[in-house]
Amino acid sequence: MAGLATVVLMVAVALAAPLLCAIEGQDPTTFHSDLLDSARGGVPHGSFGGVSADHWLGVEPATGRDVFARVVHGARVSLGVALGATVLELLVGIAVGLGAGFGGRRADAVLSRLIELSLAFPSFLLALALMAIVPQSMPRPLLLACVITAVSWGNVARVTRSQALSLRRRDYVDAARMSGARPSRIAVREVLPGLTAPLLVLAALKVPLNMVSEAGLSFLGAGVRPPTPSWGQMLSTATTWFRADPTYVIVPGGLLFLTLLACTVLAEGVRRAMDPRWGGRS
Amino acid sequence: MIWFLLRRVGAAVVVLLALSAIVYALFYLTPGDPAVLACGRGCNAERLAQTQQKLGLDDPIYVQYWHFLEGLVVGRDYSAGPDVDHCAAPCLGYSFQTDQPVTAMLMERLPVSASLAFGAEAMALLLGVSAGLLSALRRGRPAERILTAVTLLGYSTPVFLIGLVLLLVFCAYLQWLPFPAYVSLTRNPGEWARNLVLPWLALALIQAAVYARITRAGALETLVEDHVRTFRAYGLRERQVIGRHALRGALAPLVTLTAVEVAQVMTAAVLTETMFGLPGVGKLTVESVNSVDLPVVVGVTVLAGTVVVLANTVADLLHAAADPRARPA
Repeated sequence: MAGLATVVLMVAVALAAPLLCAIEGQDPTTFHSDLLDSARGGVPHGSFGGVSADHWLGVEPATGRDVFARVVHGARVSLGVALGATVLELLVGIAVGLGAGFGGRRADAVLSRLIELSLAFPSFLLALALMAIVPQSMPRPLLLACVITAVSWGNVARVTRSQALSLRRRDYVDAARMSGARPSRIAVREVLPGLTAPLLVLAALKVPLNMVSEAGLSFLGAGVRPPTPSWGQMLSTATTWFRADPTYVIVPGGLLFLTLLACTVLAEGVRRAMDPRWGGRS
Repeated sequence: MIWFLLRRVGAAVVVLLALSAIVYALFYLTPGDPAVLACGRGCNAERLAQTQQKLGLDDPIYVQYWHFLEGLVVGRDYSAGPDVDHCAAPCLGYSFQTDQPVTAMLMERLPVSASLAFGAEAMALLLGVSAGLLSALRRGRPAERILTAVTLLGYSTPVFLIGLVLLLVFCAYLQWLPFPAYVSLTRNPGEWARNLVLPWLALALIQAAVYARITRAGALETLVEDHVRTFRAYGLRERQVIGRHALRGALAPLVTLTAVEVAQVMTAAVLTETMFGLPGVGKLTVESVNSVDLPVVVGVTVLAGTVVVLANTVADLLHAAADPRARPA
């Protein structure tokens, strides 16, 4: 429950980012160089990275941008990319999985090899490499979601395929087939609902994984580009400032950590709720 | 068994070929013109044409890919007019940015990545196995709960976050360790280890969480088995029962897991090397991605794929050697 509450809170923060910034009276892109100590190389004035009534979580070293405004906007990128990629993975994975399960022997052979190939590869590295060649004109968050999907739809497809293969032999599916339903209708109307539980578990697990991928890519400078804020990207800047301004490490790091932990706990809860061996307890 | 071996190796080769073909096509059919990238700054029409001819970029893609494979196996020559560059096998081409052969760049950075990976893996196995075993033996006591919680934390934390926290604690606050700077093992083993402790730890903690979970499950399973009960009934000391017998059963799945985790370790290593500024293959990957240095990107990707496929094949073969049930008839 704590996991769910935290996730809901984070989503709310992400959705309300402009509102929260308006309450604080700051925006994520304005430079405040007057708040920086130029004698110490651009470390914020004041304790805890320049925390003040105006800047609730201090300002960024070197640029003086408001940290609170940047982390709440960063939440939009992190959660948006993670959820977006998960939805896309489900769409692609289900399509391929059902295609393999229902498309006849030849389609199954081809698609299965494809799934194996996609699972055989270190997906993060491929995502990183892909970010080098994707069109630069598209919005980066959308691009990230697509690239993450492109390298990690394999698990969804595999689960869908194996479940579809076992479900299609069930009596109720045979009944539908005998009453003259087309394979596509059987796949979507009869078998897909039976896949809800395992896919929901997988999807819940995928959200934190995708969030780590996004944070990692942004950390490496291959994700969202400044001035768009992202937690991973802030942490990457923090690597150079950790000695002088620990607050700047702790704020985005703590948020990322909490959100990931909450998502993992939530995923574990979903798994237990869906697993009959746990009797629905969570 | 021999047929199984051949078939498994054959499958691995096919996967590798498919992988390299996809990667190659993906990167050389991109909207950006590779010739322009290769030509670099101060490029004019004449040099562009020369580059194009030298790299064979005006050939159809399958011919280019064939030359790429040829280069990998027997080496290849790049010629533009009178001067010929011979690139010995395994040739991955020349970097667009530095004009160095990609193979040499990789070989130069491999020791750093290997130092990081092997050290971290050893540490992870040690930490993970002891934590898992401890948690299995202290079942239901506070120690188990703490270990389970820590394992969950390790599971859901990206490596660069752990790295930053370690830096904050050991480097900024306690000032016990320096900010890592790579010193080669052959030059100064002490400094080598001292500089690598933090990266090792960061990488190891992530892996240890996985190993701890598997060891715990394995140990819990073997501890209630009949043969363990029999050893206990014979009056063997608890230490021997666990050390000699329970641990063995618990560790069998780890062998396969270690191989499967290779991909995971590589991902984490890329992040670790970048954050600690270690000049390894991972950092090279990031640099080449950010500067769109296609031959290097393709080279690293193919190398990474090869390592993963090899690791999985070896794990399968080991598994089959140990357990006849895993061999298809």
